[in-house]
Amino acid sequence: MSAPLLPLSALCRAFERREAKPSEALEASLRRIARTDGKVHAFLRLTEEEARSAARESDERRARNAPLSALDGVPIAIKDLFCQRGVETTAGSRILAGYVPPYDATVVRKLREGGAVLVGKLNMDEFAMGSSTENSAFGPTRNPWDLSRTPGGSSGGSAAAVAAKMVPGTLGTDTGGSIRQPAALVGCVGLKPTYGRVSRYGVVAFSSSLDQVGPFAEDVRGAALLLQAIAGRDENDQTSSSRPVPDYATALEGGARGLRIGIPAEYFGEGLDPEVEASVRSAMDALGREGATLVPISLPNSPHAIATYYIVATAEASSNLARYDGIRYGHRAQGPRSLIELYERTRAEGFGAEVKRRILLGTYALSAGYYDAYYLRSQKIRTLIRRDFEQVFAAGIDAVASPTSPTPAFKLGEKIDDPLAMYLNDIYTVPANLAGLPGISIPCGFSKAGLPIGLQLIGRPFEEAALLRIARAAERAVGVPARELPL
Amino acid sequence: MSIDRGTVRHVARLARLALSPEEEEKTVRELGRVLDYIERLSGVDVSAVEPLTFAGDAAEAKESMRPDEPRPSLPREEVLEQAPEHDGSTYLVPRIIE
Repeated sequence: MSAPLLPLSALCRAFERREAKPSEALEASLRRIARTDGKVHAFLRLTEEEARSAARESDERRARNAPLSALDGVPIAIKDLFCQRGVETTAGSRILAGYVPPYDATVVRKLREGGAVLVGKLNMDEFAMGSSTENSAFGPTRNPWDLSRTPGGSSGGSAAAVAAKMVPGTLGTDTGGSIRQPAALVGCVGLKPTYGRVSRYGVVAFSSSLDQVGPFAEDVRGAALLLQAIAGRDENDQTSSSRPVPDYATALEGGARGLRIGIPAEYFGEGLDPEVEASVRSAMDALGREGATLVPISLPNSPHAIATYYIVATAEASSNLARYDGIRYGHRAQGPRSLIELYERTRAEGFGAEVKRRILLGTYALSAGYYDAYYLRSQKIRTLIRRDFEQVFAAGIDAVASPTSPTPAFKLGEKIDDPLAMYLNDIYTVPANLAGLPGISIPCGFSKAGLPIGLQLIGRPFEEAALLRIARAAERAVGVPARELPL
Repeated sequence: MSIDRGTVRHVARLARLALSPEEEEKTVRELGRVLDYIERLSGVDVSAVEPLTFAGDAAEAKESMRPDEPRPSLPREEVLEQAPEHDGSTYLVPRIIE
């Protein structure tokens, strides 16, 4: 492999040692995209011109040994729901086709200020609603390990671009597993930070009490470096936390000795693929051999998580998506006779089937007579789910380990006509969103068919440093051997 | 729990979403299945439980309130440029009062 296609952390080191230049890394990345993305379809659009000029400026800073941050010169791509000034941003929806934001999302501004080179916008399920990227209005993304299969979703483009080595790092969002599940299905690292750790200003909203921004990279160190660049308080997002952001990279190699890893019985039940279970259990055993103590635990309210999630997320989505009315931006129906008809037809034409389904479910759950039975009850069950985690953490558990997804990547088309089967993909990832906790997926092996399998670790709130250290220890202990991509 | 066609129409109206007859029928079936699944929540005892309304640090969220004061925003012309129809200073919509 040529030096510029290195994993993110190795590329940063190569820049420091003057073994590679940002403009070379960008060209290698663009060549790789040109060669592979016709098959994968991770990108919705490239920003080559802007990227080339950013890379040239980074070359100069690197030559003067004056980088803006560790990420200066690194090619990064972002899910198409981050507003980027002057660059079309669609959230995978026809209703936003042609929308060119007049401002940058805070995370985009932070990446620019750190000298990162923004390469393009990545495919996703429409408004981040889905687990396969098949709900994109612009066609699905394919899994680089098997082009007949999904890369997962909703951040499927972000995951596939890293797995196919098109770019060393990407950003996505995770509302119910949309970073961790695709990371598991394509075999890369994906981190959902604590609710409030990263600003959502300028991020197209899906479910505001659940959405969180996070990084993808080939390894844990890369994810740590990318989190470093985007974490922190933002005046423009009142839910963002002002807790200090620690240095995530320094604590990474602390090892697993003395750590207590909880293994929840509820995450190894019906519906779990035996190959996934075997791989995840063997990863946990490897962590045990490194000195971690494996502790059987119970999170008794987990079985309620999916049902709770689909009330909370759809209710909030029905409210957030009310703004797509054909007045201020995006698609507008032609020739309406009244304002109501303008709204109704604009939305009917602009939204895809899954988005409509969720808006209807959410509207129903919030409508007169049903609010208490659905939304309020679900918010109470969230308290119970969060309490389950608080109790195991209070009992000295440092992280909860489980499979990320119950199965390896499934075939495109396999679950698209069965919403409930699709929703159950998120069974192990949704609880961390409901409880606001950080979670990470790391590769832990391959199925017999050659499909990646992911291990999920869930940590204490705002303790991403500890979670990354545990993930790094697991990554080292498991030591998934490198495989050639069939691309 | 089943949901009928009349309810689907009512909810679609609330959501400002025009549905074709085929979509209405499909929605009756699909929402019915999802609501059946969600029905499992009705057995959970939540009698003494407070709702979780904020997933972050609640104490911190209170401290982070700021005075509601006017601040500069994006330039009007740049924002209007994204609108399907505008006259340079306002958005244009179909007439609502004859």
